[in-house]
Amino acid sequence: MKLIHILAALPFIGLLLGIPFANKVTPYLFGMPFILAYVVMWALLTSVLMAIVYVLDKENKREEAE
Amino acid sequence: MNAALIIIFGVLLFSMFLGVRAQKGKDMDLEQWTVGGRGFGTVFVFLLMAGEIYTTFTFLGGSGWAYGKGGPAFYIIAYGCLAYILSYWLLPAVWSYAKQHKLMSQSDFFIKKYNSPLLGVLVSLVGIAALIPYLVLQLKGLGLIVSETSYGKISPTAAIWIGVISITVYVMVSGIHGSAWISVVKDIMILAVVLFLGIYLPIHYYGGFQDMFQQIENANPGFITLPETGQSAAWFSSTVLLTALGFYMWPHTFSASYSAENPKVFRKNAIIMPLYQLVLLFVLFVGFAAILQVPGLKGADADLSLLRLSLQTFDPWFVGIIGAAGLLTALVPGSMILMSASTLFAKNVYQVFAPRTTEQQVSLLAKCLVPVIALIAVYFTFKGGNTIVTLLLMGYSLVTQLFPALLFSLFKHKIVTKQGAFAGIITGVGAVSYITVTETTIGTLFPALPQAAKDLNVGIVALLLNVTVMIAVSLVTRKTKSTAADQAA
Repeated sequence: MKLIHILAALPFIGLLLGIPFANKVTPYLFGMPFILAYVVMWALLTSVLMAIVYVLDKENKREEAE
Repeated sequence: MNAALIIIFGVLLFSMFLGVRAQKGKDMDLEQWTVGGRGFGTVFVFLLMAGEIYTTFTFLGGSGWAYGKGGPAFYIIAYGCLAYILSYWLLPAVWSYAKQHKLMSQSDFFIKKYNSPLLGVLVSLVGIAALIPYLVLQLKGLGLIVSETSYGKISPTAAIWIGVISITVYVMVSGIHGSAWISVVKDIMILAVVLFLGIYLPIHYYGGFQDMFQQIENANPGFITLPETGQSAAWFSSTVLLTALGFYMWPHTFSASYSAENPKVFRKNAIIMPLYQLVLLFVLFVGFAAILQVPGLKGADADLSLLRLSLQTFDPWFVGIIGAAGLLTALVPGSMILMSASTLFAKNVYQVFAPRTTEQQVSLLAKCLVPVIALIAVYFTFKGGNTIVTLLLMGYSLVTQLFPALLFSLFKHKIVTKQGAFAGIITGVGAVSYITVTETTIGTLFPALPQAAKDLNVGIVALLLNVTVMIAVSLVTRKTKSTAADQAA
């Protein structure tokens, strides 16, 4: 298991396993009920994590060199 | 003719103009027509794939779910994230194999990987069976949008005919180039409209987002979270997972990936798409804003919440812009679906049984099938009744059954044989059909299980059966093959 795979697995853990613990209205975050804010936070984190994966991934460097 | 209708028809004519113009200067063989000559960069592939994801189901259905179901609607934001992560590895693998073998359709992929044209026929038929209800859904949405925003002047029936004729014409003339250009117009409009509505309506009617949610919570406690039973946390997780796996299995989404010029396009998209899909958050806000303002829409009528609230709030010219944006969310996916279904049938079903057909004939047949498939969808649209969402969910469960066979085909070590893939898909599709028709849930199958297990999406069962049969049959067929080889030696 490489680092990029672990990074990519985090949203799966957060969204699939974490949701029962986030299933509540309060506290409100940015005007949204907690559960909605939690899902939105993972959408933002997914983008950040995939950007890190993109930078770390050797595949992309290899293709640039070609 | 009111201002709303003038704007809607203006946008319709403009997108048709773009679509027809897009094919100028290109030699329209089947490869140009369906996969754009494999020359689309990040922006176009992004728009095409986003175009297919933001359909009338998300525009009307997303707000409808927020309005009618509350918390469970949050799954719409979650599944995309996981699908995009998968796409980072899945789509480049699919793309390079497709390019290497000059593949055009999703079925071509299975044919080549498993060396079995008959498996291609099965995959095509599953794909077409799933696409037709999806197309019906777009047409129904189109009818709702045009007739609502015309203040009842145009009947849904007339609206559906106008839409279906427009889609058919530009798909036949320009193929995927038309869809890509119209995607550009559509994405700009939908983005602007949805962001505006999602921000303006909660502030206009409630004074802010938190105020809106608090008032909903006071009126109906627990509505904006997941319920204890039914669409509970267990339902949420299993549905998000299943939908993420099925995400790229739609024939039109799968083959749209062939149009990229290089695999890095997908990896970049995996970074942008999770942000872009947050547009859906604003669609949900609209649905929530409608709850206390246009109450009383029951069942399938919940899908009208966005349009009804807009009609109540805005002047006709702005309703026209909303209607035009909605019209495009139906046209773009509708055209992609039509093109995929007709290409699949011509190339992967007809040509298998009539192998002497030339490429030109297949290309011609594919184009001629466009109006035929459009008419079949129109027939179901008028006949279908209220079971549209059931049909869409069934379509999703159907295409998800192709995922295991695809996944196993990507590994270097070939575990699954063509017989295994065939048996697995048949089993999965059979299970989905049985479950849908009999309205089985895990609770009715296994009443003794704890509640969380009962709430799991029943599609999980179909997928497990699929994988089990696939591996079992593969082991048996592999064994007989190797013993036959031993005897021959």
